[in-house]
Amino acid sequence: MTLEKLIFYVLAAVIIAAAMMVVTRRNPVHSALFLILAFVACSGVWMLAEAEFLAIVLVLVYVGAVMVLFLFVLMMLDIDIAVLRAGFIKMLPLGVIMAIAMAAELILIVGPGNFGLEQYAAPVRHAADYSNTEEIGSVLYTVYMYPFEIAAVILLVAIIAAIGLTMRKRPDTKYLDPASQVLVKRDDRVRMVSMDAEKG
Amino acid sequence: MENIYLTIVLVPLIGAIIAGFFGSTIGRKGAHWVASGGVGISTLLSLFVLKRFMFDGETVFNGPVYTWMVSDGLHMEVGFLVDQLTAVMISVVTFVSFCVHIYTIGYMADDEHNWPKTSLAGRNSYQRFFSYISLFTFSMLMLVMANNFMQLFFGWEAVGLVSYLLIGFWSVRPTAIFANLKAFLVNRVGDFGFILGIAAIAMYTNSLDYAEVFARAPGLADTQIQIWGDSSWSLMSVIGILLFIGAMGKSAQVPLHVWLPDSMEGPTPISALIHAATMVTAGIFMVARMSPLYELSETALSFVLIIGATTAFFTGLIGIVQNDIKRVVAYSTLSQLGYMMVALGASAYAAGIFHLMTHAFFKALLFLAAGSVIIGMHHDQDIRNMGGIRKYMPITYWTSLVGSLALIGFPGFSGFFSKDAIIEAVHHSSITGSGYAYVLVVAGVFVTALYSFRMFFLVFHGEGPRDEHAKAHLHETPKVVTVPLILLAIPSVFLGYLTIGPMLFGDWFKGVLHVLPEHDTLGIVGEHFDGAGGFILHGMMGLPFYLAMGGLFVAWFIYMKNPAIADKIKSTLSPVYNLLDKKYWFDEVYQAVFATGSRGLGKFLWLAGDRGLIDGLLVNGSAHSVGWLASVVRHVQTGYLYHYAIAMILGLLLLLTWFVFV
Amino acid sequence: MIALSDYLILGAILFAISIAGIFINRKNVIVLLMCVELMLLAVNINFVAFSHFLGDSAGQVFVFFILTVAAAEAAIGLAILVVLFRSKQSINVEDMDALKG
Repeated sequence: MTLEKLIFYVLAAVIIAAAMMVVTRRNPVHSALFLILAFVACSGVWMLAEAEFLAIVLVLVYVGAVMVLFLFVLMMLDIDIAVLRAGFIKMLPLGVIMAIAMAAELILIVGPGNFGLEQYAAPVRHAADYSNTEEIGSVLYTVYMYPFEIAAVILLVAIIAAIGLTMRKRPDTKYLDPASQVLVKRDDRVRMVSMDAEKG
Repeated sequence: MENIYLTIVLVPLIGAIIAGFFGSTIGRKGAHWVASGGVGISTLLSLFVLKRFMFDGETVFNGPVYTWMVSDGLHMEVGFLVDQLTAVMISVVTFVSFCVHIYTIGYMADDEHNWPKTSLAGRNSYQRFFSYISLFTFSMLMLVMANNFMQLFFGWEAVGLVSYLLIGFWSVRPTAIFANLKAFLVNRVGDFGFILGIAAIAMYTNSLDYAEVFARAPGLADTQIQIWGDSSWSLMSVIGILLFIGAMGKSAQVPLHVWLPDSMEGPTPISALIHAATMVTAGIFMVARMSPLYELSETALSFVLIIGATTAFFTGLIGIVQNDIKRVVAYSTLSQLGYMMVALGASAYAAGIFHLMTHAFFKALLFLAAGSVIIGMHHDQDIRNMGGIRKYMPITYWTSLVGSLALIGFPGFSGFFSKDAIIEAVHHSSITGSGYAYVLVVAGVFVTALYSFRMFFLVFHGEGPRDEHAKAHLHETPKVVTVPLILLAIPSVFLGYLTIGPMLFGDWFKGVLHVLPEHDTLGIVGEHFDGAGGFILHGMMGLPFYLAMGGLFVAWFIYMKNPAIADKIKSTLSPVYNLLDKKYWFDEVYQAVFATGSRGLGKFLWLAGDRGLIDGLLVNGSAHSVGWLASVVRHVQTGYLYHYAIAMILGLLLLLTWFVFV
Repeated sequence: MIALSDYLILGAILFAISIAGIFINRKNVIVLLMCVELMLLAVNINFVAFSHFLGDSAGQVFVFFILTVAAAEAAIGLAILVVLFRSKQSINVEDMDALKG
């Protein structure tokens, strides 16, 4: 067993164990933390597969941004865990059976019989000065130009949507609307009253 | 000549349009001048055409005037075929029509009394009437001058339409509306057969032109066709019978005769013009025109013969018991149309047309005379209330006498020649049914004389009108009424004597009417023909003459000499009297079977088909089934997120399983 | 050497675990969202593995887009969750049955 293989199996074991923890922990915060562990381990696996750029992106974007967002939300919401856990045991056998059936069938397809080393020989390692980022960048900015731009737009939409959904007007806060201040006219403020001088 | 023919047809149409659409502008006087003037021009030109054919040897004109469309080799055109037959027909039609136009000026003079004051239809009814009769003249001319089946059908339907409009002219009377609806529906039955016949012709000859069809017909004489199952029919018999069904409707032959007596609800001038002299003869004309087709099928000829003979005798019997003066004449018309059909069935086409011509004059005369009496009696039509009118209306009396004598076939009068020729022709015919037809037409002579003179005596002789008020006002009608009577009386007397030679036994219709040698009954009659005078002498020794005189005498004896006998006969023979009085229950049976039946069918289709099947099952049913299905399926939609997720996963698992194990 | 099937089996197991997670955590929306993230990760592992073994960078580009969309989805999903909690004071899936037929 080579070192490479050893690292892979250790990482794979960590991912699977972390995933199990994610779905079984009663506290969602723990789940989120185990999910982060799974992501980090996964980025290690991707390193082995020479996808260095994606491995870094996974850590930066997912662990650094998305999972932090999850944790923020979890902190913000006051969740009654007991209610949410009700029926956990009841559904466990069905979930396990489904998972085992699914895994068995998938492994039947993707197992060594179809995708072993005989069918797909391990590719030759790249030289030390090979840059995975450069390669992805060179296709991303040429062949996948339009999809890339669309992805950017999707992110923009997501930002706007997230803000639009969660923003709310608070009637009790006091603030000034600059637009109405600019648009104000004299007649709105001053009332001219013409009246006879008082007779003395 | 083509321009003359066009003018003959179009002038009445122009008159009709002006009188109809601009009636209120040109007023009553303008309307009757423009309508009568138009028909007058047509009459003069028609007589000119007739004269050209008689004396100047004018050649037959046959050509299209306007091509409407050509579809798959089938030409649909407006075209004229003007030959000797057409010349006779247009002369008769325009002459009678002209007389009727003039007569109408008098008859309809105070038509506004026939309408309620507020009736919108009553405004300009006088002008409208003139528009209709001119339109009728146009339609009839189109019919008789056609050189193709499409135009024939156009004219056929157009006269039917005008007839419908005129029977129901007094549209505020429910009986008139009933009568015109009845006429229209009964004619539809006939026209259905007629258009099927035309369709069969177009299908097998691929042409609508008379000349082409007649040229191709002999080649189809032996063609057999299957209509139902395996039964084989001769094509020519089928075409002949189908066309004749059209003629049965239009010419009111049993069993489609029921509309004609009811059509007397219309004003008398149109009874004279349409329902006696011209339109009802369209069937006769059509069969004569189609003689090249009918000669190819003895079955069709026998059919024509038997139907004609049945009509001639049995409708005459009904005439004896009628009390409405116009209905008596109407049943007489039915009977005479039967005679014409008998002539056609016996292949004596010339005799049929000859009788058509003479009958047109004396029947129009009788009708107009009846109308004159009706005017005199202030629109009382019951002959039992009349009597002794001879003293007050001499011109009407004498012209009626002429008409009646012509009708019963008194020797020398025009009807004598035509009717005797028919009877002789049937006598010599040898096709199936000719024996039956001969017996009936000979017996019919007696019946004709009986009902004609029964009416004549009851109206003009005997005691004066019962109603003293009517008696006081009884006087001769104005000149616009009597002049047409005189105009029509003249040909009623002399026409037969003058024309029997060339028309029946000469070569007037040579090349126009086709008669096979073995069917040539008129030829046998003609072997003994030695001038009209000889024909009269020969006729005075024949059985029909004695029967006619017998009928006349019986009528005089029963209704003049000894009126008590009439009531006695009525009570002793009450079943027979009832049978005749109810017109063999044709109306009742038709009402019960066809009218009620089709209304029942309509109601059934409405309830079961429309409301049950379409509304209930299809429209509401599909809506309900969608609603029911939705109400069942909507329980699947629980609204819980995890149910949808589980469904998705299960689906994925199934898909995967299928992928792995299949 | 690590075989392609090793990566794929890892992805399959991860996918099966996340399905089991959806079943047993059916009431907790936020854990459901995490399970969906896990599923996407399993898919991404497959893409990266195929990209590596077939020598085609298209697979990695695809993962890049999936990450983009997943990030957007997580952001909007969480935003909805916050709004939902604000109105219902709960993230219990059983309280959300407005689509019930």
